[in-house]
Amino acid sequence: MNAVAELGPYLVLILVGFLPTEIWRMLGVVAMRGVDEESELVVWIRAIAVAVLAGVIAKLTLIPPGALAGIPAPVRVGAVAIGLLAFLLVRRSVFAGVAAGEAALIGGTLLWNW
Amino acid sequence: MIVRTGAIWDMQVAGHRMSSTPTPDPPRSATAIFFDGMRASATSVFSYVLIGTYIGVGALGHDFGFSLIWAMLSTLLVWVGPGQVILITTLGGGAPYLEVALAVGLSSVRLFPMVVTLLPLIKTPATRYRELLLPAHLTAVSMWVEALRLLPARPREGRIAFCNGLAIGFMLAAHLGTVLGFQLAGSLPPLLNAGLLFLTPMSFLCSTTRNARLLVDRLALVFGLVLGPLLAWWQVGLDLLWTGIIGGTAAYGLYRLREALR
Repeated sequence: MNAVAELGPYLVLILVGFLPTEIWRMLGVVAMRGVDEESELVVWIRAIAVAVLAGVIAKLTLIPPGALAGIPAPVRVGAVAIGLLAFLLVRRSVFAGVAAGEAALIGGTLLWNW
Repeated sequence: MIVRTGAIWDMQVAGHRMSSTPTPDPPRSATAIFFDGMRASATSVFSYVLIGTYIGVGALGHDFGFSLIWAMLSTLLVWVGPGQVILITTLGGGAPYLEVALAVGLSSVRLFPMVVTLLPLIKTPATRYRELLLPAHLTAVSMWVEALRLLPARPREGRIAFCNGLAIGFMLAAHLGTVLGFQLAGSLPPLLNAGLLFLTPMSFLCSTTRNARLLVDRLALVFGLVLGPLLAWWQVGLDLLWTGIIGGTAAYGLYRLREALR
């Protein structure tokens, strides 16, 4: 039994979602002056944050949840590659990347099952 | 909408204007400026990115078994797309609370330098501390990028109201996406449902790539993409944390090495 049900999902949201996020905003209010956005510590922390986010992106693609798991893995990986390529080619437009990736995912799955 | 707020205010604003740009705008109340901010959000590309991203968040929330109210509350309280995706996927996947809190916290560290750089732009000598709490809570990538772009053209007096309006406009777009994604995820055929869930990794990959302008960020992105699934497949405990610490530190180390060799 998942412990989420014991503690109550809303309490969990506040404890492990709201507080870990809000602390950085409130620290920002307190610090406000005298922090250089390119200081070495901030660069290192930001690199960790980028790597965590990249890990989430790759896991969602390769070890996907729910309905996405029903799409063949080569189609998922190919769609990400096509989306990224379209993003880079079309003036680094997020919209172009997402549209191309989605079209490749759906078109690719239809072709795969044909 | 133009609201006149009395002679003293008009004189102050007129005096301010004489020394700056000669635009003949009439003075505006805080409410009018708040709606200026909301209007600015409606014409920003980020509103559409947010709708797309939060359709993904809503669909993920549905597939991991959370309620719609919970998903919307997470948008209101957490208000960082990447953090919410980490929260929903780790919590829904049964990860220990400590790992969830650390992963969400680490992914939100970027808010700290954003708040630190935004607040000095919006405060005046008369601003009270507590007036800064709402714009600080509303700070997210979308609001921060647009605020830094739009604020220099606006008089300092109304900047807090403008930022609040801008961010709440963005948040409305996010809620719209959350509701749409949540409802669609339960009623669409599996292929389109998969397409909704795919919005999150695809849009995050593009926006993270776009934001990674420095070598250290690009290296961290690549290392994270490789390490994330590897550590998960090897069933390393707290795999996302280790992905961040190992990938981020390696990227930082290589960046320092290159600086030293220059």
